[in-house]
Amino acid sequence: MTSPAATAQATHGSFTLERRFDAKPARVFAAFANMEARARWFVGPPGWVETERSLDFRQGGSEVTVGRWPDGKHSDFRARFEEIVPDQRIVFTYNMYIDDWHISVSLNTVEMFADGDGTRMLFTEHATFINGFEDPNAAGRKQGTEGLLDRFAAFLAA
Amino acid sequence: MLNHQARMTLLFQALADPTRRQFIERLSMGPASVSELAQPTGLSLPAVMQHLQILEASGLVRSEKSGRVRMCQIQLEALAPAEQWITARRANWQHHFDRLDAYLAETQPDDEKGSPE
Repeated sequence: MTSPAATAQATHGSFTLERRFDAKPARVFAAFANMEARARWFVGPPGWVETERSLDFRQGGSEVTVGRWPDGKHSDFRARFEEIVPDQRIVFTYNMYIDDWHISVSLNTVEMFADGDGTRMLFTEHATFINGFEDPNAAGRKQGTEGLLDRFAAFLAA
Repeated sequence: MLNHQARMTLLFQALADPTRRQFIERLSMGPASVSELAQPTGLSLPAVMQHLQILEASGLVRSEKSGRVRMCQIQLEALAPAEQWITARRANWQHHFDRLDAYLAETQPDDEKGSPE
């Protein structure tokens, strides 16, 4: 799919989130693997309405989650499972669209480690952002200069 | 008036070159004249001016003639969009995992509650 900004230079970024859940790895894994469970947490913010969902949780299988924002725009998440190790690891790739605007392609790894009665989860994303960026919140956001240098340093180091 | 996407393109073009990043680093410490910027690079003045033009087009740097000296100053606001992508994406997943956390708490089976194992 194309957009008016199809010639914009691609942008790359990575991040890792670490979370601890009060649930054993098998339950955390199941919350990823089961569509009913997934529909409970893999949703947009209030006002977002799910319009399409499918999950074929197996290596090579795909997942689609489409929803409509209050402003009428559709968010479209299309993933493919690359590697699945039950209760331990899920590697997937996904494409993100806003309406017909293809905004990113990502490679993600979910790792689950038993941690007492709970689970420590590492979630890493390597993303390529394509076709420009329009932050929906940018207009209403007042950017101060505080912290910008730190962010700039982080950006250069990335 | 450039739109956001066009600005992003210019911004990344500006930051793609090591000499221009060096200028940015120097200017992040305070304003400098063109010759001050040029000095550590060993580049010719026209080459430096060309880099400056790209930086100015991106909005990262503003220059002003003061007498016979052209002074350059960094415009930090222009940096924000470069970082917005990953910040937004990260926040998005955090939001999902907040919900996952709540879901796991709601569906906690009895044998997991307060058991020592």
